[in-house]
Amino acid sequence: MGLPAIPIVSDPGLDETVKGLTPEKIAKVVNRIIDSETAARFKVYMKTCVHCGLCSDACHWFLSNDRDPRFSPVGKVKQTLWEIIKRKDSLDPAFLKECSRIAHTECNVCRRCSMYCPFGIDIAYLLMVVRRICSELEMVPQFLQDTVNSHSVTMNQMWVKQDEWIDTLQWQEEEAKGEIKTARIPLDKEGADVFYSVIAPEPKILAQLIGNIAQIMAVAKVDWTMPSFDGWDNSNMAMYSGDFETMGRVERYHHEAALKLKARRIVMGECGHAFRGAAYDGPKWLGWKQPPIPLIHAVDFYHELITTGRIKIARKFKTPVTVQEPCNIVRGRGLGKKLREIIAATCEDFTPPYPDFEHNYCCGAGGGVINCGPPWKTSRVKGNEVKAKQLAETKAKIIITPCHNCHSGIEDIISGYKLGMHVKFFSEILMEVMEIPDELRA
Amino acid sequence: MYEFVSGPLVWIAFIVFVSGMVYQFVTMLRSARKDKVIYPYMSLKYSLRSLFHWMIPFASRNMRDRYEVTIVTFLFHICLILGPIFLLAHIAMFAFAWGFKWQTLSQVAGTYMTIVVILASLFLLLRRLMMPEIQFVTDPSDYLLLAIAAAPFITGLAANQQWFDYQTTVIVHIITGAVMLMLIPFTRLSHMLFFPFTRAYMGSEFGAVRNARDW
Ligand code: HEM
Ligand code: HEM
Ligand code: SF4
Ligand code: SF4
Ligand code: SF4
Repeated sequence: MGLPAIPIVSDPGLDETVKGLTPEKIAKVVNRIIDSETAARFKVYMKTCVHCGLCSDACHWFLSNDRDPRFSPVGKVKQTLWEIIKRKDSLDPAFLKECSRIAHTECNVCRRCSMYCPFGIDIAYLLMVVRRICSELEMVPQFLQDTVNSHSVTMNQMWVKQDEWIDTLQWQEEEAKGEIKTARIPLDKEGADVFYSVIAPEPKILAQLIGNIAQIMAVAKVDWTMPSFDGWDNSNMAMYSGDFETMGRVERYHHEAALKLKARRIVMGECGHAFRGAAYDGPKWLGWKQPPIPLIHAVDFYHELITTGRIKIARKFKTPVTVQEPCNIVRGRGLGKKLREIIAATCEDFTPPYPDFEHNYCCGAGGGVINCGPPWKTSRVKGNEVKAKQLAETKAKIIITPCHNCHSGIEDIISGYKLGMHVKFFSEILMEVMEIPDELRA
Repeated sequence: MYEFVSGPLVWIAFIVFVSGMVYQFVTMLRSARKDKVIYPYMSLKYSLRSLFHWMIPFASRNMRDRYEVTIVTFLFHICLILGPIFLLAHIAMFAFAWGFKWQTLSQVAGTYMTIVVILASLFLLLRRLMMPEIQFVTDPSDYLLLAIAAAPFITGLAANQQWFDYQTTVIVHIITGAVMLMLIPFTRLSHMLFFPFTRAYMGSEFGAVRNARDW
């Protein structure tokens, strides 16, 4: 078949690692993972898949790369796992590098494909097994590995030190007080109704989002807190690199921080993967059926504030909007309907994307793909042309995107395809439309 | 020869088929315990919801998008499974050996169903040859599986229509039928056994854990 060559991308995380690997080292890890870490799901999926290709149409990578079969979900499994199983003991290092490219950078583990396979085979899970093998051999794109290293050293994703964290919160409290007299960011308050956690990029590069939430909490009169200590970062890139030991530690810290403060529940900021980690992947690895403290995503929380009237809408947002429905909270938590309801409550001119709800296309950034960094950006943006088309068709100006990963991913798509649109978190919309009682104004 | 294939071979085939299925089933249940998430996540309600949406033609989005495959695959599977069970010739052999029988299809209906299976197999073959995304994930075993599934129908039809020497054709037919039965548990044809379970698990994970639809 005359398929175009896959561009060669240099990434020290892969190019350097490959030099130190041998077929023996690879075989040892492969055998250990396959024999002792996988069980019924892996084995039955591998035996059941009838190679029918019906999952192909699910994948934005496949649809965006001119239906190139190497990007179809089963195509990716073939190029990785089928080979791994077939020649367990004679896998060459260069092959493993390909595995990492495919599993880490060309699949967003968005699970759209498991809604298209007639057997419901979880292809994202299969590709996570590939990532796990790669990670155990240190074959991980460098940028992604750096975030994992940061998690494991500092318990947050971006090497934020504790004093920086506290300083940022104080600075944002000042900013928020400048708008709303009663705005506070209560640190380490015991027994609060809400333990609010964010991802590390917020204090690092998007601090105003923390100031925003302080204002929203003040207007809604929520009893809330944030921890001054580790566990404040709810993101988890180790979940995506395949370093599940670190993933488990990070998730445990997050839940335990809330337990330590005896909070009634955890509310997580607008991020999809962080929610997935805290709600499923973390607990699964830790052997918990449910997280110990009730856990909700920001969309759920804003829905509650708006429907109970704790936040009133003063005027609706006028600019035409559409939505990016993050896989990890829509396909992953069924929050699609609530998301629509809060948009309907706050925006005047909304056009849904097509396809939508559980069938929405992934932004192409999730699953750790955007965290693989600049070397992989070109292929990532190319791999999501369908998203650009889907968004352009809505003719909206603003894309409401309640997920950090999607947010950056969609921005790249907007600039890559010159869509001339803008991305906003829901909280940013809320800031513009919520009613602020006069007595609260600074 | 005919004595052997129509007697002991049939027994062997059924014993291998049944014990192979039981073996696969038990192995699956065992390893499901090792996979910590399966039993805690399973939910009867959401399993059935998922099976419902994937066993009714066009009840899922992909079945509507790929309507041609849906039509063919449903006809293929229905005729492939129900046809032989209610086939006059098969029941006659049972009745002859054991003295009991059940509802049979008329000769004509049986023959039509056989032709449907053969044509559907041809469609599945062409699809595999013509679509790059399927061709890419095809290896020789996929053709072999299709051939194994189609062979009893081709030879059965040949016997029924007496295209060749009847006795020989029936012998070949019974051998192909026996081979198919014996291979089901040990090849990807075991999807017949696993289908309800993979669906039930995915249905449960989507429904009970993730609060979302899976169709
Ligand atoms: C293993 C034991 C089997 C035996 C002893 C057996 C025996 C026979 C016999 C004697 C015929 C009659 C031919 C005629 O009409 O004169 C027949 C027809 C047929 N058999 Fe089987 N068979 C077996 C397995 C199978 C299997 C596993 C399948 C398919 C899944 C199958 C599908 C058919 C079909 C489609 C026909 C012809 C129907 C028609 O065109 O009317 N058989 N079989
Ligand atoms: C209740 C039992 C069964 C169920 C639920 C089932 C379901 C499926 C499904 C969902 C597919 C996916 C691809 C498609 O739709 O074409 C498939 C393919 C297939 N099935 Fe079955 N099946 C069953 C029994 C069987 C049996 C008994 C055989 C043959 C012995 C068989 C032979 C095949 C073949 C050959 C394909 C592959 C077609 C291709 O090459 O694309 N199935 N089956
Ligand atoms: S990107 Fe999504 S649809 Fe594509 S293979 Fe990965 S999980 Fe499946
Ligand atoms: S749709 Fe399912 S069975 Fe078919 S090739 Fe994809 S994973 Fe395999
Ligand atoms: S980043 Fe957003 S769209 Fe993409 S996988 Fe995560 S939740 Fe899905």
